[in-house]
Amino acid sequence: MSEKIVIIGAGQAGAQAVQSLRAEGFTGAITMVGDEAYPPYQRPPLSKAYLLGQLERPRLFLKSDAFYAEAGCELLLNTSAKAIDRAAKAVELTDGRKLPYDKLLLTTGGRVRKLRCPGAELPGIFYLKTIADVDALQAAFLPGKRIAIVGAGYIGLEVAAVGAKRGLQVTVFEATDRVMSRAVSPAMSEFFGAEHAKAGVTLKLNTGVEGFEGNGKVERILAGGQAYDCDLVLVGIGVLGNDNLASEAGLACSDGIVVDRNAMTSDPAIFAAGDCTRHYGREGIELRLECVQNAIDQAKHAALAMTGKPKDYSEVPWFWSDQYDLKLQIAGLARPTDSLALRGDPGQRKFSVFHLRDGKVAAVEAVNAGQDYMIGKKLIAEGKPVEAARIADLSVPVKNLLT
Amino acid sequence: MKRAFKAIFIEDNGVKHTIEVPEGWSLMEGAVKHLVPGIDADCGGACACATCQVYVDPEWSAKLPKKNDMEETMLDFAPLVQPNSRLSCQLRMSAALDGIVLRIPKNQH
Repeated sequence: MSEKIVIIGAGQAGAQAVQSLRAEGFTGAITMVGDEAYPPYQRPPLSKAYLLGQLERPRLFLKSDAFYAEAGCELLLNTSAKAIDRAAKAVELTDGRKLPYDKLLLTTGGRVRKLRCPGAELPGIFYLKTIADVDALQAAFLPGKRIAIVGAGYIGLEVAAVGAKRGLQVTVFEATDRVMSRAVSPAMSEFFGAEHAKAGVTLKLNTGVEGFEGNGKVERILAGGQAYDCDLVLVGIGVLGNDNLASEAGLACSDGIVVDRNAMTSDPAIFAAGDCTRHYGREGIELRLECVQNAIDQAKHAALAMTGKPKDYSEVPWFWSDQYDLKLQIAGLARPTDSLALRGDPGQRKFSVFHLRDGKVAAVEAVNAGQDYMIGKKLIAEGKPVEAARIADLSVPVKNLLT
Repeated sequence: MKRAFKAIFIEDNGVKHTIEVPEGWSLMEGAVKHLVPGIDADCGGACACATCQVYVDPEWSAKLPKKNDMEETMLDFAPLVQPNSRLSCQLRMSAALDGIVLRIPKNQH
């Protein structure tokens, strides 16, 4: 009898796992279960080119239908898993079917964190995570409309940029004192805040949302003790790891499915990869990452472990965001205690911020500076000491920092 | 309907894949949709991984837009790079590229 692998979750990590399992020589059966109507697709463009209407839906799909056919992967879409029976080694689906497995891979991703405040259920309040979410938002996302965006993270600011471009009146409400406060340094926050203001976006910092009002649909947002009229609302306040299925099956979970460096859960027959995992980063710190890099790399490591070739996961995380004509690229994980070195001039809209820890590069944030980003990423991986003064000195070509 | 043009991908072992790529799509997207082996395209086209490298036949090189900073840097760190290396995610199909010939490196990692 050939071995059976079941993958729950048809996203970036799931698609990568199918590809990597075959590349690693797995010849048994693969079944992938996804609760959306679509095969695995790229989520990053949803809040960027897809929302702007510059990328047609077929271009979002990570693989062609022929890929799954050729890989011998059965795709069960519009299908949800209800429970994992670890004793019987079977996944129970909500439609009653049971899928037996020898090894199980959980790539269940994340779900948006929802606002809980008065009026939060009013029509006209949108979230953004799936193709269906964007298609629903599109109908209301029209020139001249007043959009209130809750949360100045990646999603909020990317939608703000697209909204400003499309001629909406955009106001962003952020509870903390700066934009993208979880993701970037204060200098970078200041730069992006100013860019949004220049584009006509109104930023309300230190302004928590208290609720929404409206007659049958959202008409006002209540924030910072004031009421603001609006036609629609987009909420982007973070993502929670989808670990319910795993935790109900008794697997160790803690805002995410806990996995070891080989993507193995607390059950040796069950692996997990991507946004849904809580794992050990390369610095030995437990974390949950929401990014393409982790989805791809952890899925590759899961495939290695599932085919008997475990290899410790310690890749440098990387992220990107597109806002207006600005490409922000980040590698590594910064800490507030890092010392910073600025390379280039924010006024030129091309610069980078290097984060140094113990004399080594721990993270880099680059705006329209792909070279700085690539070199920074390499420096992080190599862990070579670099002087802050050399980083800041534009007469030193960035490539020379490697030597 | 969008117009589509031909691209010819040739694997390291000589196997030839002639595919149709819609105008405006990247050559990488065309290759991935048609299962051309050897175009890994890990990042999905964000110019972040350099796993969609191709060698462009000389007669076609001149018809391509110049490499930008980002592509140049990504290629600096890719394996098996040659002077005619390009990242196929950065090349958009157009009438001028109808019939373009691209060779695929032995590996992308």
